[in-house]
Amino acid sequence: MSTNSLTSTGRAGDSGDKIFSGATLAAGGLILAVLFSVAVFLLVQALPTFSADPAEITGGAGFGSYILPIVIGTVIAAAIALLIATPLGIGVALFISHYAPRRLAQIFGYVIDLLAAIPSVVYGAWGYAVLAPQLAIAYAWLAEYLGWIPIFEGPASQTGRTMLTAGIVLAVMVLPIITSLSREIFLQTPNLHEEAALAMGATRWEMIRMAVLPFARPGIISAAMLGLGRALGETMAVALVLSGGALQASLIQSGNQTIAAEIALNFPEAFGLRLSELIAAGLVLFVITLAVNIIARWIISRHKEFSGAN
Amino acid sequence: MTSATLSRRKSQLTKGRLPRYAVWVVLAAAVVLAAAVSALVGFSIVTWAVFAAVFFVVGATLVTATVEGGRKATDSLATYLVYGCFLLALLPLLSVIWTVLERGLPGISYDFLFTSMNGVTGAVDNSAAENGTPVLGGAYHAVIGTLQITLWATLISVPVGLLAAIYLIEYGTGGPLTRAITFFVDVMTGIPSIVAGLFAAALFGLLFGPGTRTGFVAAVALSVLMIPVVVRSTEEMLKIVPNELREASYALGVRKWRTIMKVVIPTAISGIASGVTLAIARVIGETAPILVTAGFASAINWNVFSGWMSTLPTFIYYQILTPTSPTNIDASTQRAWAAALLLILMVMLLNLVARFVARMFAPKTSR
Repeated sequence: MSTNSLTSTGRAGDSGDKIFSGATLAAGGLILAVLFSVAVFLLVQALPTFSADPAEITGGAGFGSYILPIVIGTVIAAAIALLIATPLGIGVALFISHYAPRRLAQIFGYVIDLLAAIPSVVYGAWGYAVLAPQLAIAYAWLAEYLGWIPIFEGPASQTGRTMLTAGIVLAVMVLPIITSLSREIFLQTPNLHEEAALAMGATRWEMIRMAVLPFARPGIISAAMLGLGRALGETMAVALVLSGGALQASLIQSGNQTIAAEIALNFPEAFGLRLSELIAAGLVLFVITLAVNIIARWIISRHKEFSGAN
Repeated sequence: MTSATLSRRKSQLTKGRLPRYAVWVVLAAAVVLAAAVSALVGFSIVTWAVFAAVFFVVGATLVTATVEGGRKATDSLATYLVYGCFLLALLPLLSVIWTVLERGLPGISYDFLFTSMNGVTGAVDNSAAENGTPVLGGAYHAVIGTLQITLWATLISVPVGLLAAIYLIEYGTGGPLTRAITFFVDVMTGIPSIVAGLFAAALFGLLFGPGTRTGFVAAVALSVLMIPVVVRSTEEMLKIVPNELREASYALGVRKWRTIMKVVIPTAISGIASGVTLAIARVIGETAPILVTAGFASAINWNVFSGWMSTLPTFIYYQILTPTSPTNIDASTQRAWAAALLLILMVMLLNLVARFVARMFAPKTSR
């Protein structure tokens, strides 16, 4: 700014400006510091695990063989959730952006957003009490007729509290994320592209396939990645729904465990080395989700640069 | 009427196209056929609905393919699948809301709202089940815990989030620091809630000895989740404040910080308030961070700085996972669903308030 005598009205206002801008800068810096200290504190508290005698770690064979099964379990649960939620989310987003009557579209959007408003523990309770018993019937059928596929190997769980159920509940939870992000991208499709396709005689689906989906592809990928980040870190739904155990291939028997649920179930009673073991597991989860989120954000920001859409 | 229908049939424009009612005919046929088939394999609403959906999609596509051709058939198949996706997505929402209402309403009573679980043991639940007396014990302590912890989380997050957003929009110059903060705020929104809880637990564990669990630790954990949401929504709102307002204020010789406090923020206040409300709605239902930071209590604790605390989500979690009376779990289940109903009502109320605030006090920018 200028040093004009009209604007410099005295020291008091000057210091007010400095204090205020300093406070905002401090707040911005604090956010960076918090994220940094999340990593540092987790690392410090987790250190005893890495230096401890492998025999003292749960499972008795070192941290690597303790963490690996639950990392795989986490990835399986998130993969099931994503396999279900991505196509469904794209379909729902297309419905709201291109199929539903204009006047109702916004209301439908709100309704789907309601899914995101329901707390995760309620989803967990619902999965445990309502969904799992229903699915147990389907699992018995799957085990009988498709049991030769390793992931459907019987005997099916009687309670239905299995990895597949947990994955389905997670899918319901990430659905609103994928839907709302893809919906926004679909609505950004240049109108001229859509109208050009329709003018050439394309049907609505051909227009979507040729104009909307190619334009939205990076957006859909990053929406799925953000959903993945959420599914990887989701705790309560898995902790309540899944009757956990050792790693195994069958998705319709009880067994398997995810990092987040392992921490939630064991942390309240943990102390000493077990505590730092669980914090180390949390660190692993933090690193995985951080990587997924950074990649997703990177795709979004790259997309913004070349699409010209704001 | 008949002549009109006849002449329409003859029209070259509508030749080779299905009449509008064709879809409904196929739908009716599919529903009837599905009822028959599902009766063969063992009737249930679920198998009926599944068969009806499959028959309808296949049938309608085939009919379109024979009359209107392949491209139209693909188009209508896509339409049915997209509509189907939406209906499928509604199912869990309706089921969750129905379940919570059906199982939660019987448990809501004055006693449930205003008594804690202090002194309610398995024996109490057993006698309630055997003698048919009302279920004792409630969620008063959990409601207090929820409100206290959320209040403290809000007190921490709102100033930090607001100031950080002001820095990004009003002072940030697009330099590396601004870009770093924007990027890491985005990344922070993706931190798993349990990791935020572990962070707070680790931080206070180092400062005050391991196993420090109080309501305040939980509030810190929730702030880690809440700050990025507040920053993002405030940022969006500050961005839409027109520059003319700032320039008019500068032209009158007003200092920058006074301009921000007296002109920019009042213009954007409705959006900021609704963003904060939505952020509160998001963290009030968090369970995992509370589990690892605040422990679990069955008695009322007003003090966030000492002693374990319960919140509604952890109350639900423990009532389901470790029922008060292992032999008569009905009492615990009833309390859990009543608490779930209470929690959902709180979240919905906050969402409604946010919408209302945003609409009623919308910035008067457009002229």
